[in-house]
Amino acid sequence: MRFIFKTKYSQDINIAKHNGDRFWYSLLILIMAALPLVLDDFYLGEISYICILSIAGIGLMILSGYTGLASLGHAAFLGVGAYTHAFLLTNGIPFYASIPIVIVVSFLVGAAIGIPILRLTGMYLAIATLALGFIAEHVFIKWEHFTGGNRGLPVPQPEFLGMSFYDSVFFYYVCLVFLIAAMFAAINILRSPTGRAFVAIRDSEIAAQSLGVNLGLYKALSFAISGAFTGLAGALLAHYIGYLAPDIFNIFLSLTLLLLIVVGGMGSLHGTVFGAIFVGFLPQLIAICRDYLPSSIGSQPGLEPMLFGLILVFFILYEPLGIYGRWMKIKLFFQLFPTYKRQTFKKQKVFTKSDRV
Amino acid sequence: MSLFEVKNITVAFGGVKALNDVSFSVDKGEIFTIIGPNGAGKSTLFNVISRIYEPSKGEIYLENQNISKTKPHNISKLGIARTFQNLELFENATVLQNLLLGRHIYKKTNILSEVFFTPSARKQEHEYRLRVEEVIDFLDLQHYRDTLINGLPYGVRKNVELARALCTDPKLLLLDEPSSGLTNEETIDLGFWIKDIQSLLEITIIMIEHDMSFVNKVSDRILALNYGKILASGLPEEIKNNADVKQAYMGD
Repeated sequence: MRFIFKTKYSQDINIAKHNGDRFWYSLLILIMAALPLVLDDFYLGEISYICILSIAGIGLMILSGYTGLASLGHAAFLGVGAYTHAFLLTNGIPFYASIPIVIVVSFLVGAAIGIPILRLTGMYLAIATLALGFIAEHVFIKWEHFTGGNRGLPVPQPEFLGMSFYDSVFFYYVCLVFLIAAMFAAINILRSPTGRAFVAIRDSEIAAQSLGVNLGLYKALSFAISGAFTGLAGALLAHYIGYLAPDIFNIFLSLTLLLLIVVGGMGSLHGTVFGAIFVGFLPQLIAICRDYLPSSIGSQPGLEPMLFGLILVFFILYEPLGIYGRWMKIKLFFQLFPTYKRQTFKKQKVFTKSDRV
Repeated sequence: MSLFEVKNITVAFGGVKALNDVSFSVDKGEIFTIIGPNGAGKSTLFNVISRIYEPSKGEIYLENQNISKTKPHNISKLGIARTFQNLELFENATVLQNLLLGRHIYKKTNILSEVFFTPSARKQEHEYRLRVEEVIDFLDLQHYRDTLINGLPYGVRKNVELARALCTDPKLLLLDEPSSGLTNEETIDLGFWIKDIQSLLEITIIMIEHDMSFVNKVSDRILALNYGKILASGLPEEIKNNADVKQAYMGD
């Protein structure tokens, strides 16, 4: 077990809490940077996709995991980001200028949608965001001037820093750098007053309000920030897919993002990466499993959504803290070995809380 | 000088008048206790002051400024902090994070400086922490700093909520049943702390409380409510001997 002797407030503020953190995360970044040396193009593409999913996951995690607001239509923001990026690139705006514009546009779209929609709570918010997803899909179909409608929109792959996005190694590095930057941005938001206000809204709106948190403003801000991250992921996704069609940004993609944060672990940024790895490799896993299943089951078309739903239910029932929660338990097991008790994480019934004000 | 004044507040839920024409004023530096049987309208009164409920009639004044139209989230900026009857802590956050939220009204950073965690954001965190540590020392919470609220015993949670309210550096502190659910020792400690808050931090306190020995020990003045109406108000001895109060509590 590690005991940290704290002598400065900075030790609580810093991202890395001790030298072990610094060592392991630097090592992880080094390994990620060295991956193109050992992996071929296919796997690099897959990992790039996981990076993109992670960035989108960070967006949804801030909204759902930290602010406690459900969204079943987050693919809309991926779409906004992707189409805006493709539109800007088509009109000759360079990559390095397009990305900031995409982030700002998604932020504003998030705020514009968030302000009216966030007057709803709980189930009604979930339904409203679900509707948002469908509306966005229709807007992408109908707004042909901007999106190319059902014909689709080819995404230009411009040169950036003298390299081409067709080069999978280069694209992998771009995704990795954006993921690391997004991670730092999210950590910074969460360790400052705004992030704490989000958590406050999640745990007790009434107390947050009495401490001076403007509920409407911060909920909209959370939606906007979430939109900005997801929009950035959308821009990268546009490069990954290469050709945008409205039906990419459907309800299934929204549910994938939801699965990602639940499986990864609600309320942890680690969870977004764990979840993205899981969700990213799951279709491959299912495809492999199909070969081994009897053909009456293996060739069923709806196998994938069914398994997604099943996994979601199993995680909510048996591991509500997700993969990250499981990882924490394993870590604690070794830290406390041999005195670990299973009861440590047993959920206690709480009788001190009621709905009364 | 009266710091805080409530004038002719009436709150009606449909046909039920939870508060009926209630007026009182609280002097600066006073500990003012509101007592009354269940359903007397005590918590409703607090919720009107924190602007969670809209009164059908009447006004509230803090330092002669009318706050009956202030937005609920601006109440704490004016210097009114409160605790809740059934604890409203941020359960999945540490004690430290809960207390840091008490400093939220002093936030100067904007979202951009937070995304990049600029030196000014870092400096602000240090300033927040400095004040929070003073409150932690004041209420003996050193031991629990990094503990999640989930894992804390009830008495400590009550304490954390009081600490969180103090972190806002209020002029007026509203305590909703601060001693409910506490052990005898904890109640005695609380009495000392409340007296210290009054004398050392110079904060005016309005308190809802049922434990009469505790009330008589700490309060300067008492207001008795029943069915939304004022029964009596005055010094603790006067209330103790008031015929109406006796009747409301014990029957004829």
